[in-house]
Amino acid sequence: MFPEFVTNVRHSRESGNPVTFSERRWIPAFAGMTVTDGIIIMKYETFNRLKLEARPEPSRVWSYCSPLLALLITVLIGVALFSALGKDPLRGLQVFFWEPIKSGYAIGELMVKATPLLLIALGLAVCFRSNVWNIGAEGQFIAGAIAAGGVALLADKGTGGWIVIAVLLAGTLGGMLWGGITALLRDRFNANEILVSLMLVYVADLLLGYLVYGPWKDPAGYNFPQTKTFEAVTQIPRLFAGSRVSIGLAVALAGVAALWVFLFRTRAGFALQVGGLAPAAARYAGFSSRSALWLALLVSGGAAGLAGALEVAGPIGQLTPYVPAGYGFAAIIVAFVGRLHPLGMVFAAILMSMFYIGGELAQSRLGLPKSLTGVFQGLLLFTLLACDTLVMYRIKARSA
Amino acid sequence: MDAYALLVAATLNAGTVLAIAALGLLINEKAGIVNLGAEGMMLCAAIAGFAAVVHTGSDWIGFAAGIGAGALLAALFGLLVIWLNTNQYATGLALSLFGVGFSAFVGIKYVQEKIPERPRFVIPFLSDIPLVGPALFQQHPLVYLTMAFAAGLIWFLHRSRAGLVLRSVGENPASAQALGYPVRRIRLAAVVAGGALCGLAGSYLSLVYTPLWVEGMVAGKGWIALALTTFATWRPARVLLGAYLFGGVTMLQFHLQGAGVEIHSQFLSMLPYVATIVVLALISRNPQWIRINMPASIGKPFYPGS
Amino acid sequence: MPLALMFGYILRMAAPRLELSHITKRYPAVVANSDVSLLVQPGETHAVLGENGAGKSTLMKIIHGSVQPDAGAMQFNGAAVRVRNPQESRALGISMVFQHFSLFDTLTVAENVWLGLAKSMSLAEVTAGILAKAGAYGLDVDPSRPIFTLSVGEMQRVEIIRALLTNPQLLILDEPTSVLTPQAVGKLFAVLKRLAAEGCSILYISHKLHEIRELCDACTVLRGGKVVGNCDPRAESNASLSRMMIGAEPQVPAPRKPPAPPAGAAALSVNALDLAREDQFGVDLEGISLQVRAGEIVGIAGVSGNGQRELLYALSGEDRRARAQSIELFGKPAAKMGPGRRRKLGLHFVPEERLGRGAVPPLSLARNLLLTRKEALGRGGWIRTGVLREQAAALIAGFQVKAGGPDAAAQSLSGGNLQKFIVGREIGAGPRLLIVSQPTWGVDVGAAAQIRAQILALRDAGCAVLVVSEELDELLEMSDRLYVIAKGRLSPPVDRAVASVEQLGEWMSGLWPATAVHEAMHAY
Repeated sequence: MFPEFVTNVRHSRESGNPVTFSERRWIPAFAGMTVTDGIIIMKYETFNRLKLEARPEPSRVWSYCSPLLALLITVLIGVALFSALGKDPLRGLQVFFWEPIKSGYAIGELMVKATPLLLIALGLAVCFRSNVWNIGAEGQFIAGAIAAGGVALLADKGTGGWIVIAVLLAGTLGGMLWGGITALLRDRFNANEILVSLMLVYVADLLLGYLVYGPWKDPAGYNFPQTKTFEAVTQIPRLFAGSRVSIGLAVALAGVAALWVFLFRTRAGFALQVGGLAPAAARYAGFSSRSALWLALLVSGGAAGLAGALEVAGPIGQLTPYVPAGYGFAAIIVAFVGRLHPLGMVFAAILMSMFYIGGELAQSRLGLPKSLTGVFQGLLLFTLLACDTLVMYRIKARSA
Repeated sequence: MDAYALLVAATLNAGTVLAIAALGLLINEKAGIVNLGAEGMMLCAAIAGFAAVVHTGSDWIGFAAGIGAGALLAALFGLLVIWLNTNQYATGLALSLFGVGFSAFVGIKYVQEKIPERPRFVIPFLSDIPLVGPALFQQHPLVYLTMAFAAGLIWFLHRSRAGLVLRSVGENPASAQALGYPVRRIRLAAVVAGGALCGLAGSYLSLVYTPLWVEGMVAGKGWIALALTTFATWRPARVLLGAYLFGGVTMLQFHLQGAGVEIHSQFLSMLPYVATIVVLALISRNPQWIRINMPASIGKPFYPGS
Repeated sequence: MPLALMFGYILRMAAPRLELSHITKRYPAVVANSDVSLLVQPGETHAVLGENGAGKSTLMKIIHGSVQPDAGAMQFNGAAVRVRNPQESRALGISMVFQHFSLFDTLTVAENVWLGLAKSMSLAEVTAGILAKAGAYGLDVDPSRPIFTLSVGEMQRVEIIRALLTNPQLLILDEPTSVLTPQAVGKLFAVLKRLAAEGCSILYISHKLHEIRELCDACTVLRGGKVVGNCDPRAESNASLSRMMIGAEPQVPAPRKPPAPPAGAAALSVNALDLAREDQFGVDLEGISLQVRAGEIVGIAGVSGNGQRELLYALSGEDRRARAQSIELFGKPAAKMGPGRRRKLGLHFVPEERLGRGAVPPLSLARNLLLTRKEALGRGGWIRTGVLREQAAALIAGFQVKAGGPDAAAQSLSGGNLQKFIVGREIGAGPRLLIVSQPTWGVDVGAAAQIRAQILALRDAGCAVLVVSEELDELLEMSDRLYVIAKGRLSPPVDRAVASVEQLGEWMSGLWPATAVHEAMHAY
């Protein structure tokens, strides 16, 4: 986040290294930690019954189980929440976990929501693995939507089908441009990418507002802040008839494969990850941190922009101030829950879509506010981070 | 002329929100912990304070509720980050996302609610001075308390032993641990204090600045406060100055709109965010400057006993 | 009544200062201390001898209170005590000077010392106390300077003064001389002997045999977490101490073939390299000139913190700010080349930081090969995982690395084995010039001998080798020619045959004749 200072001149020595350096991302072999049991948060008392003991190597079993445990805990809290709100918890669970998958159409709707989440998350995985904290994917999504919408508005009744390609390309480039601003500021000025990308989200949102309230407003739209509906020819083609799933899903799945190959079978992907895991080693190996930075932000900006284009030229069909639906932020959660791994993120994206759809259904069927979705998503990330401790540590009863 | 006096007054008002939050985050970061959940904490505190006043009518309870909400969320964050050593940035983000959702969820009932008429505060005699009076001396007491707090914080950090211990924990937690200081408890205390202040800022927002509740009303001020601590190079006096500067920029847009300047309102609304980016870029250009002022252990996990 | 009091007084007077009984401490991967007992008398300078990983530091941490033992008891001045944290040990009168300093860079000397003392004193009192102790013991230090402006030796003085201000009855020093020139070591010993004469007991942790024999009057030897012997070092020889420490005689290096006359152009030529420091914590390099030719080992001696790091960054290609001609590799101006291009020319580098720079800790050994080796890469950077694993397995076998296989994570290896892997990775690339920094720091004796032998074999095969090390003994054993680096400047070269510890020690303070440098530059 703050500029990486690779070395620390102070002559201090620890087992295994003659000189300290400021990036410590591994667990030393002995780290007998005591922990005050943090499960009960309300009280300040310390519960010294349990102890966290470092594992010699990260546990592979828990790498897979931790997201499941986190989901379980979130569900339990959800059940408690439903009961507290006076609703039937079983009905709540059904709405969130059964309804979204119970029919072909429902699964289609699930995929419609999962596609942008997955796309953005794929880009974010590249970023987070190289320790570039791109939090502003939402802004890049909006920028892509704006660019795509702008191109779509150029179409008229006589335009050919090629406009779809132009729309998608514009969206990708728009997102890349927005991501590139962050990269430029970090590259040239060392500015913290978290804050810059985040500020740009607000800027992008306001830009969208200006456009739909101003120059791009539909003259025939009764003065509502929206552009005219895009011509049918700009619509992203559907994948199957009878469902709203678009080719975006195919693009996303192709992206999953591409990411896997990139991360695990190419030197460029390896270089990127080394930069994120041990910057001093990357410098030693001669991997360029500048190119990693630009690659990460351009790829994730482009992915988010593409997702924006797919949304705007797909299900939404026009530009409105409500285009930003928080996918950029939800995708951060997808990336983490999916462990930054392409396959994991597929499952995580599906899970998060279930939360989205469940939230909408909960509103219409159970009278619960839609913001419940946000609560669950945040909770899931929290519990995931807590459960991830088990990958590195095991819990032992402390001997008296 | 009066307009300028009002502008100054509004700047102080707006700046105070940022200042309180940023000073809290400064305490956090002096201990070596970055809490990206400022936005979420402020939102939850805003709704907590607002709801408390709706139900009890007492501002004191409202502020207390806000402080409590912030402290509670910060404690949760602190336990995860300090004891379980989860990634500070990810956990802070989780807190923000959760806070956004949770506050929206809880706040549904309160969107149309109104709270009792806000009292006007005037300092006798001083506020009668033409120009300067309305500009500076008709503020909520918290505005003046914030300035006093900033001064107190400077004294605490640089003149007191407790402040020295805090700085040492942020500089090198391993050394502090070796010297026998309870590093994790000190950090937790700093985190909770920071959260309490963010909570105070959030409740100030919903009780004094704009006395209402709207989903997402913090509108990025939490993130701006985070940026503030960086480009104030972790010094309380500069934080205060920067906060007023940004408050001024925010108020400027209304002033310009009122003055009939021909720029669309959305571009004016972008001013604070763009200003943040610009200042961040200018300040970060010199890594040496940051390095010597930045608590060296920010963002890094600490494993006692290693 | 008075007789009983006097009797008790005498008993206490005669009681040992510190007595540890059956101390045991287990960690998940290893038993650090197993049934360790230790006895220190008042006024005694007691050495704790053992190689790296024998459990010395853990034992000291237990006495100091930062770590709790799993079993065993401690008695201080005849009374049973339980030290739960460092404040309690300080209250008892136990003070420790750490191997890795517990100092805070941006705070001043006085503030640092204050943090190490009990709350009762004010900053002004502490400052006065610092000046008083500094004067009394001849330890020169300025209380108002921030730590980052001090040299490493000065930082250690701050640590010592901090310990002295607590008026300790037991002072623990953990490997204190690794950061000192030979002359400064002498000064330190004078301070310690004076302290011991005043009645303070000293626990001196080290693996340096000649120091222990010079300074200490009692010694406990640890090996593998257990006590393997007690002795009086003044009556022992290096050989007998070494036998107790590692269970074998120190290895006599094989008689060296007289080096073949260096032929051909220089592999590495540094010409008046000037490099400003990267940040205020660094050291400026001034006018550094050296040459390394094929078939010779050149050593650079010097206490850490004198510019070695900065020089190595410039040589490896990680710092490219120098003038292009100031570094020449095989005749080509290389100062602007990155690490990758330098590797193509035949330069390979083993850095002193293993985990985090030489290897990525959570990645497997096979993946770590990719940091500097390209044989397993296909077209367009495709990673051929099968080839990579085979390559790693061959390396592990060829260099006797004890690891769980090519898929073992780098962080799961012990320090010595990881170093063997990294050295093997760089040697296995068939370099024309090998640069090694601190080759055997923190490595057990067996692995250290293997690494040294490999470097010598490389030299004999015609490779040019540059070794940067703080261990003067190691350099004197391996090098054909030596330089000394001090405060960012480099001494003239000296042949191994004529070099002496005293002269090199002086040079480590920067005291080499200026004209000699001029001659040296023109001689080569």
